Amino acid sequence: MDANNALRQLGLGLVAALAILAGPTAEAQESGGLEPARYDLENQPSLQRGAKYFVNYCLGCHSLNYVRYQRVGADLGISDEQLSALLFTADKPTGMMKIAMDRYDGERWFGRSPPDLSLTARARGGDWIYNYLRSFYLDPKRPFGVNNVLLPGASMPHVLAELQGYQKAEYKAEFDLLGNEQQVFDKFVPVTEGTLSPDEYDAVSRDLANFLVYVSEPAQLKRMHLGFGVLFFLFVLFLLSYFLKQEYWKDVH
Amino acid sequence: MSNATDDRDFFDWLGERATALQGWIDARFPMTDFWEAHVSKYYAPKNFNFWYIFGGIALVVLVLQIVTGIFLTMNYKPDAEKAFASVEYIMRDVDWGWLIRYMHSTGASAFFVVVYLHMFRGLMYGSYKKPRELLWLFGMAIYLCLMAEAFMGYLLPWGQMSYWGAQVIISLFGTVPGIGPGLAEWIRGDYYVSDITLNRFFALHVIALPLVLCGLVLFHLIALHSVGSNNPDGIEIKKKLGPDGVPLDGIPFHPYYTVKDTMAVIGFFFVFFLIVFFAPEMGGYFLEHANFEAANALKTPDHIAPVWYFTPFYAMLRAVPSFLGSQFPGVAVMGLAVVILFFLPWIDRNPVKSMRYRGPLYTLLLLVFAAAFAVLGYLGVKPATPVFSELAFRLTEVYFLFFAISWVYSETRGRAYLLKATATIVAVLVLADVARFSVMGDLVTRFHYLMWLLPGGATLMFVLLPAYTKLNDPLPVPERVTH
Repeated sequence: MDANNALRQLGLGLVAALAILAGPTAEAQESGGLEPARYDLENQPSLQRGAKYFVNYCLGCHSLNYVRYQRVGADLGISDEQLSALLFTADKPTGMMKIAMDRYDGERWFGRSPPDLSLTARARGGDWIYNYLRSFYLDPKRPFGVNNVLLPGASMPHVLAELQGYQKAEYKAEFDLLGNEQQVFDKFVPVTEGTLSPDEYDAVSRDLANFLVYVSEPAQLKRMHLGFGVLFFLFVLFLLSYFLKQEYWKDVH
Repeated sequence: MSNATDDRDFFDWLGERATALQGWIDARFPMTDFWEAHVSKYYAPKNFNFWYIFGGIALVVLVLQIVTGIFLTMNYKPDAEKAFASVEYIMRDVDWGWLIRYMHSTGASAFFVVVYLHMFRGLMYGSYKKPRELLWLFGMAIYLCLMAEAFMGYLLPWGQMSYWGAQVIISLFGTVPGIGPGLAEWIRGDYYVSDITLNRFFALHVIALPLVLCGLVLFHLIALHSVGSNNPDGIEIKKKLGPDGVPLDGIPFHPYYTVKDTMAVIGFFFVFFLIVFFAPEMGGYFLEHANFEAANALKTPDHIAPVWYFTPFYAMLRAVPSFLGSQFPGVAVMGLAVVILFFLPWIDRNPVKSMRYRGPLYTLLLLVFAAAFAVLGYLGVKPATPVFSELAFRLTEVYFLFFAISWVYSETRGRAYLLKATATIVAVLVLADVARFSVMGDLVTRFHYLMWLLPGGATLMFVLLPAYTKLNDPLPVPERVTH
């Protein structure tokens, strides 16, 4: 266990070094101002809850067309019986997590067909999803009465309103470099109460973000574990090849 | 005891059979001759340093790309309706598909890292100079072919950046006066990037260009083994032969460089797999975030940037203003930036090969050139703000200055020549600004004297300084290689 932890620390250190070498990443710049979701792929209960929330709240409109129910079950430790309870949109566990809603109906009802979310976490990042779910606010100008700070003009209704309740956005005046006054987002103010406390709602958003991050690249779960083994092997091989080279080269002057 | 005797008999027997087999083959195919000529009796200078590992690594990466590519084609579908989904199928449902795909995508970037370092080695030690001009030309052809290969491969995942990157780059060909629009249409096979484009890029990426690439690599190696390797001292080891006809400073490629290159390749793989397993997107530089959204011909991304290995040239393209509504000047500058490298052996005719014996100014010039290229690469991934565009323009001037100064440095120049050269270069820089001013109204607000000092100061330092100091005087080149 300790050895595993040490390896993990070493790996994280190496990744951190790489990240520094790679400089400020595009992701880091795009996520400017986003609150970190602190999701954790090693937290299996969180992933399981995320899967449950997704099936209950999201899968009505948003498909995961590249994801198989069975794969989610196997990766997240969900038993076959439990999985069959989740099987809403496929007749067998090897089926994809599709939606029943027709694409054109979606476009007619919402103005835009709800996008597939298989890869949203890779395109936008888990932090973005976490913040998006927490950024709906009342806006009477929108068809469903809500707008989103992160995606202005979003056509999505606030599906999780029963959990979070509704909130309104408050703006403050700020002056830009040229001295023009601009209204910028300041903070959210709760209007109605949901069934969950703000902390509990954040946890739900985190679980959903966590699940979507997993779903965007299921190989992540084993990629890093395998990586340690491969790097250890290469390190030993490098040492051997170094000694071999030294042995051959000792007579070259 | 009897066991040991049996063993010896067995190995004696095995050795005899192996020799017999070798004789049988050699009577029909020059196996042993080939092995000796190119491996066990190919003499390489004994003073290769760190910078000499990248040629061998590039060969390994080529093999890696071909092998992973073959496995990818088994499940990839070159069809605009299916391509994006087939890549996700590889990432999720194909056994080890994610690993093969990451090795291929990381391999593409690794190829360019290795090739850029390999080329910079050539610049440092004058590996392009007589008698290695053709070796350099084959290498440059490989680089050009690799750029086409990478560009076409990048379209295949059919993501947003694949699509719009291809759209932008193909439209560059459309700016060529006269034939442009027809040329772009001919490349695409359609009026916009479509399924037809995807199909032909697939064909070119998986068979046509790899064949050309392998052929060029073969020619590169034949040329190398014919003239022999250069080395960090830039001395021809073939000029100092021992009584047995073997170069005094040469050692057989096998086993010396086979074991050394093995070590280098394993070290390379350590870094390579560190990225494959822990940061395959490399923060959005190796796999761009926008490319995880399927191609959509109706939705242009806010910010289109090519992959990092093209960004130095992309920054040059954007830095040059359009003229009479045509982007062609920028395209021409970008093209020239690649083409001029082909002519390096005839631009820099200084007989001293290695920077070690060319004086400190030349070493500094190389560093400035490399730094300008790297910063241009950085500017190419960033949005083209006025400040960044202006900086990119100045660095483009520095990039081309390297070649002008290399020309000046071809022989020991007198003070009068250097003064004249300084005046000429400064006049060209000023003329370029006047020309820009005539087509860009806002140049006055953009002009920044500190940025002008990048090319201007470089000119004064590299051309004027040798007129008054000994900083560019050649140093004595040793007779034999050093360590």
